[in-house]
Amino acid sequence: MKYKSIFDIIGPVMVGPSSSHTAGAVRLGHLARKIFGREPKRVGITFYGSFAETYKGHGTDVAVISGLLDMSPDNPDIPDGIDIARSHGIDMTIGTSDDAVDFPNTVRLSLEDDEGKLDFTGISIGGGMVEATEINGFEVKIDDENPALLIEYIDKAGIIARITARLAVENINISTMTVSRRSRGADALMVISTDQKVPDETVESMMKVPGIAMVTPME
Amino acid sequence: MKLLTTMHMWIEEASERECSLGETMLQHEMWHSETEETVILERMEQQLQVMEKACERGLAGVTSRAGLSGMDGKRLNEYRLRNTTLLGPIVSQAVAYGVAINEVNASMGVICATPTAGSSGVVPAVLFAVRDALTLDRRAQLQFLVTAGGVGLMLANNASISGAGGGCQAEIGSATAMAACALTEALGGTPEQCGHAVALALKALLGLTCDPVAGLVEVPCIKRNGTAAATAITCAEMVMAGVESKIPVDEVVLAMGSIGRMMPVALKETALGGLAQTETARRMTQQLRETGRIDTKN
Repeated sequence: MKYKSIFDIIGPVMVGPSSSHTAGAVRLGHLARKIFGREPKRVGITFYGSFAETYKGHGTDVAVISGLLDMSPDNPDIPDGIDIARSHGIDMTIGTSDDAVDFPNTVRLSLEDDEGKLDFTGISIGGGMVEATEINGFEVKIDDENPALLIEYIDKAGIIARITARLAVENINISTMTVSRRSRGADALMVISTDQKVPDETVESMMKVPGIAMVTPME
Repeated sequence: MKLLTTMHMWIEEASERECSLGETMLQHEMWHSETEETVILERMEQQLQVMEKACERGLAGVTSRAGLSGMDGKRLNEYRLRNTTLLGPIVSQAVAYGVAINEVNASMGVICATPTAGSSGVVPAVLFAVRDALTLDRRAQLQFLVTAGGVGLMLANNASISGAGGGCQAEIGSATAMAACALTEALGGTPEQCGHAVALALKALLGLTCDPVAGLVEVPCIKRNGTAAATAITCAEMVMAGVESKIPVDEVVLAMGSIGRMMPVALKETALGGLAQTETARRMTQQLRETGRIDTKN
């Protein structure tokens, strides 16, 4: 039974016209913003596949920008997303690519401000559900429905144990976990999805582990 | 309560409990989501209010971002208010409301997917067209949506409610079956009759393809929300007259799923065939790609 609740049928409440190309696009922008952690100053958007073909008519561009502005898919201000972003002084570039992609509804986002940069690839997989598939060159699989921790660190023995130990003492259960690195001893990224929200103090204590560069909690 | 996975199981459960399909589905929802009745009904009230606002907005007149659709809901409503329509007061309202609500979807307005965004007009259109004539109080209107939602669950789990998965029969077809069933119940039909309404509505639309112009949820989706609302009312009235489906409802549901799987990919939301590949549709698609707008006058 894939669908369980009558509200999977009578819902969601969303801005039209398309659950995958509009509602999903808002959620992708929102997911990227959560990973970036703040409103970006410069935004580059590249659409692939069906997104590239139809983004203008579906408002996929406006939708992604609205998500970056922290809106959820039922926000009636979504049609004005680009104007609002402009009034916030956000510099936006929107384009398409003919490059082949694994999934038809793919978007690449490049978010920047004076403090940092995020390269994000995400897909809209249907019914408004989305996944991040790549972050700063690391392959990932993150949705926006479960709490997760993104941990950037220098690859070395024992780091994973020290991080997971901090979750264990708080009795937080890990549902999925992926670890990827550029090469041995280089930058690495750990994504931990959890059943419970990770308390702020636990996140702070992880930041003190030697070799940890950044811990981004996502609710 | 046990998990209800087919129309037959749901109808049997309702008959055993000697209550309506809607009441049974409400109990089912409370049971599996471990939620109180008031919480479920309050949430449904929010969905209903979104539908009402969308209908009101659409009747006032909206246009889509691409310029491919708009103002027809307003047109239909004004026509029915000025003229004696062949469809009569109720069906002509349903047609106008279905188109109006789906135009709001195309214009990036807020809608409640029922079961999808592209078919979001059908169920509320039928409800809004009949609620005064049938003197449905607020509780009965929420019940209408619960019954419709239950039908959608059976279709989603045993066939499809996605155009990409099963063509338009899975979206507009499902919405029509949901509306026909809920209306039959509101008219006092038995659970068995409600099942026949689902079967009749699905059969009316079996094989319907999803081949929208430029891949946008506009042409032919919006007008179909109007004609489908009329079909739903027709099916409910046929059932109330004693007409029955010769093929049991669950077999019709499986047939819809099977047809959906057999349907070529070109006719399942890819805009690679059918209406989307007509000469005019191709020109419109090109225009949209170049300018972001479609000029329908040329």
